[in-house]
Amino acid sequence: MSEKYRIIDHTADIGLHVFGADPQDLFANSALAMFDIITDPQSIEAVDTLTLTVKGGDWPDLMVNWLRELLYLWSGKQLLVASTRFTGISERELIAAVTVDRYDPDRHKIKTEIKAVTYHQIRVDCRATGWQSRIIFDV
Amino acid sequence: MNTDLKKIDDYHWKVPRRGSMRVPGIIYSSAAMINRPDQKEPIRQVVNVATLPGILKASLAMPDMHWGYGFPIGGVAAFDWDTGIVSPGGVGYDINCGVRLAATSLEEKDVRPKLADLVDALFRDIPSGVGSKGSLKLSVQEEKKVLRQGSRWALRQGFGRDNDIDRTEDNGCLPHADPELVSRRALERGQKQLGTLGSGNHFLEVGVVQEIFDSDVARMFGLFEGQVTLMIHCGSRGFGYQVCDDFLASMTRHVQKLGIDLPDRQLACAMIRSDMGQRYLGAMACAANYAWANRQVLLHRSREVFQRVLGIGPRDLDMQLVYDVCHNIAKKETHLIDGVMREVCVHRKGATRSFAPGHAGVCDAYRSVGQPVIIPGDMGTFSYVLVGTEKAMEKTFGSTCHGAGRVLSRKAAKKASKGRAIHRELEDKGILVRWTGRSTLAEEMPDAYKDVSEVVNVVHGAGISRKVAKLRPLGVVKG
Repeated sequence: MSEKYRIIDHTADIGLHVFGADPQDLFANSALAMFDIITDPQSIEAVDTLTLTVKGGDWPDLMVNWLRELLYLWSGKQLLVASTRFTGISERELIAAVTVDRYDPDRHKIKTEIKAVTYHQIRVDCRATGWQSRIIFDV
Repeated sequence: MNTDLKKIDDYHWKVPRRGSMRVPGIIYSSAAMINRPDQKEPIRQVVNVATLPGILKASLAMPDMHWGYGFPIGGVAAFDWDTGIVSPGGVGYDINCGVRLAATSLEEKDVRPKLADLVDALFRDIPSGVGSKGSLKLSVQEEKKVLRQGSRWALRQGFGRDNDIDRTEDNGCLPHADPELVSRRALERGQKQLGTLGSGNHFLEVGVVQEIFDSDVARMFGLFEGQVTLMIHCGSRGFGYQVCDDFLASMTRHVQKLGIDLPDRQLACAMIRSDMGQRYLGAMACAANYAWANRQVLLHRSREVFQRVLGIGPRDLDMQLVYDVCHNIAKKETHLIDGVMREVCVHRKGATRSFAPGHAGVCDAYRSVGQPVIIPGDMGTFSYVLVGTEKAMEKTFGSTCHGAGRVLSRKAAKKASKGRAIHRELEDKGILVRWTGRSTLAEEMPDAYKDVSEVVNVVHGAGISRKVAKLRPLGVVKG
């Protein structure tokens, strides 16, 4: 299986370099990577399914808004994301089915508290080899 | 060597105006610090800030400068109130992250025998760590009072004394706070977290005054050698983050409409006088007030812990707030620029106000000597108390450094700490540490930060604040 993401070391924060065959793949891998920083993804079970509609001005904006929404599920509602599946995705809007687990301190060990998804040096690029994104989190 | 930099003297460097820069960059540093490879990125950020509309005099950075998102951490920039911008990225996520210092009537010998009990009790009674929740659960209606009143709210609930407010920057309340401007999400996050320390670099520290540099000013601040102190470093918790996040998102769209070409999206901004700009300032003030109320509650809780553990009353403890300063804030201030008094919006992101003697913004008790500036070091070394100067008013819009400044990334710090017991190393130095997060201690170890003394020597040498006292840690509680 090809590499889905790589964690970038940043003086004050943590960044991600994410790869995907297409936008759906890229956005799904970004979600996976973010929750991998937060906790062990193996410990997250798909208990509930939510539908999210996220809008953006362009691909980078959509990426930040997407991850902001998912981070809010965690920081605001104590829900951890197990998987994401897209029913529609374009540069201005995505609709996703997101499976979530309720945080349980006995089952979920929190590795890192991501405090925010930043716009700092945000990139989403379509290259010959596939889609790539760079995202920096405030931790 | 960064070729864009021109040395002015031993304490400051200039990045000359070029390209779309509206003003030059001025960086306070030392030859040893500024030439380090990790300073390249923040220097570029100083340049980026210099391109923003309405910026006055220079895009400034303090010696504890390090890479932030958008604005560098340690950055100071003032914008004309009528023609300039305000930027949430120039304040930071943790709005009014700040530090307060309290002094007791106790000496180290009074506390040493019970130090472990004291640090344990502070750790137990003051909620800390990732997503920590407080003992105060606020209704939305009560939360809105916190957002409007700041420290005053805490005082009305019985958490503190009258002179705590006098000794807080802006008396612990920005008056233009409007809770109707903050999102439901921000309110929701704020309801549960008042009275909590949080995680990351936030801490509570029991210390002792190790050395006095200026005895007259130290006396005014109520400090003496050998005195036990308490320092609290924290901010507006999830509430401030949500406010920043909400406004960054809307300003990213807004700025495209304005046609401002930004070198980095995190610099998203709005004209100060626009509806968007005013809305941000009103919401930001709510977060600033939340942070002050939070530090006030934490001070009160700490007083209770000291009294209980040491078995003494409030009079014997006599824990007086020395001062409370903000590190992350944007404020309307009046500064003399090219001979004219102008209203400006000063952004301090990882920087401290450093107002001179005689300034109306300095409380009565300290007006004759200047505003206290509190500079926390990392948990293994010293912290400093400085005082504001006239030179800061002239050169840096009344601003100075805020701390040691990170040098190692969290990952690099973890790697460097492998096989070491950081808490043992600290214990060997006589410093007790209690912490929550699995990797907090490794990420926050002393090696991860610049030497705070080096940072302080620059601001002292440059004259933008002056050394008053040095504090040594005895016990630290980390989130």
